[in-house]
Amino acid sequence: MDLSMLWYLVPSVIMFVAGVYGFVTRKNMIALLISLELMLNSADLNFVVFNRYLFPDSKEGMIFTLFAIAIAAAETAIAIAIIVNIYRAVGNTDIDSVKKMKF
Amino acid sequence: MDYSQFGAMLPELIILGLFLIVFLFDTFSGDGAKRFLTPLTTVLFLLATIAIWIIPGCDESVFGGMYIDDNACKAMKAILNVGVFLVFLQSAKWVESDEIAIRKGEFYELILVTLFGMYLMISARHFLLFIIGLESASLPLAALVAFNKKHYESHEAAIKYILTAVFSSAILLMGLSFVYAFSGGSLYFDDIRANVVNGQGSGLLIVALAFVLAGMGFKLSLVPFHLWTADVYQGAPTAITSYLSVISKGAAAYAFFIIFVQAFGPLFADMWEWMMYAVIIATITVGNLFAIRQRNMKRFMAFSSISQAGYVMLGVMAGGIGLASMMFYVFIYIVSNLCAFAVIQTIEMNTGKVSMDDYQGLHKTNPKLSFAMTLAMFSLAGIPPFAGFFSKILMFTAVTSTGSMALYMLVLIALINTIISLYYYLLVVKAMWITPGDAKIEAFKTNKCEKVGLCLCVLGIVFAGLVPYIYDYCVAAVLG
Repeated sequence: MDLSMLWYLVPSVIMFVAGVYGFVTRKNMIALLISLELMLNSADLNFVVFNRYLFPDSKEGMIFTLFAIAIAAAETAIAIAIIVNIYRAVGNTDIDSVKKMKF
Repeated sequence: MDYSQFGAMLPELIILGLFLIVFLFDTFSGDGAKRFLTPLTTVLFLLATIAIWIIPGCDESVFGGMYIDDNACKAMKAILNVGVFLVFLQSAKWVESDEIAIRKGEFYELILVTLFGMYLMISARHFLLFIIGLESASLPLAALVAFNKKHYESHEAAIKYILTAVFSSAILLMGLSFVYAFSGGSLYFDDIRANVVNGQGSGLLIVALAFVLAGMGFKLSLVPFHLWTADVYQGAPTAITSYLSVISKGAAAYAFFIIFVQAFGPLFADMWEWMMYAVIIATITVGNLFAIRQRNMKRFMAFSSISQAGYVMLGVMAGGIGLASMMFYVFIYIVSNLCAFAVIQTIEMNTGKVSMDDYQGLHKTNPKLSFAMTLAMFSLAGIPPFAGFFSKILMFTAVTSTGSMALYMLVLIALINTIISLYYYLLVVKAMWITPGDAKIEAFKTNKCEKVGLCLCVLGIVFAGLVPYIYDYCVAAVLG
């Protein structure tokens, strides 16, 4: 079966845009993190697809993806820790409850 | 594997070694020995700074070209080190306060790790190493921003910082994945430079460059990616704010220059030149206009740092001499900004006041602090004969030296903005010296470390411009 690159790139772009949309519209901080995770994963998917289809002789995109996944995990860990702190301070994880500092 | 390659990473190894010493000392020393942690770290860091300043860089790239520590990189690292040393001096009292003292080891460890990440960003010549450096520079900073556990603002600032940081990394990674499609299967800056011309005029490459610019712009707080800056600067502990505003910005500016000029250099004229014009003009102007209406000193410095980032970015338009002026500008910015932040931090530590209105009549009670603050404001605004004037004039000369009409217009806009910035920097000076009324801040004594830090900053402001050594050092490092 021959799938062209587009079959992977279009879902990846949809994932990215869904992530941006979720990041802008969601109210819960955990949902924000999930949206960010979608965006990061779509970038990873892009790397793998470009590597597999355009440059099948090298492995640079694949290795980059491995590192990017590890970095994304670290980012999530720190963000969750901060959200736990916010939950202790405010009592919920609603993004609207952290708007004390403004213009 | 050839382990001798690690010998070329001397500055990184020094910082890692320092980190290990601080970490082990912090973990295993008894309660009595804990009070030596601050002096130990500061003195060792001073030695490391001197070592990095004097050891020559090596021009050979290692790890297959992923990493290089040439003279320019090393000079930038030395400049950042000076800033971190000043931050350590100024926060010496803060880390001993009741709330923080038990966790002071973490403060030093996290700062050293972020500094290590910034070193990697500066020296990376491959996008994998660059991303690792960028993330290890920005993730521990989120933990540092959340450092004041008892203050709600600190948490709010931290969540805003981490969400925008991850969002910008995602955009940057997406952009890089598109760049990878044009790169001929390699993420080395040199290979991208060689191959990226094939995609000239392609829509996908324009999107890729815009994404990379946006991702880096978030880190540098360029307009329109600046909205996190003021909140994070206000909520974070002041020591961290000063670190964020100068050190991490300086490192990101250097990395920005290397990426755009080295990797995307061939596309300058027809793809990202106009993006840079738009971003620089917007950054300088918006930062200035919003700074006018701030009354909280930390927010005020945040917007001032946004507009200063625009001036730093001017260096990207001018090539090699631009890089030298950028490094010099970052150095002057470090001493001036840290001087202002030292005063803000001392006043906040002693009285808890951060509003500009509280500064009225400061000269009656704390004349030395007012004097230092005045010099810092003069230098940030670029009044001769203080250092800020020289850094601005050298930056403008470097940009106009290429002779293009558009660049002259850019410098003209930057000049007009310098005049606007004069207004709000002098508002602080006016509040301290001219506004009538009784002083709201009573007299207090600063401690020794803060005094030394402030004196060093004032010396830097007065002499760094008049004495040509530092500018010559930067030019020699960049142009050889």
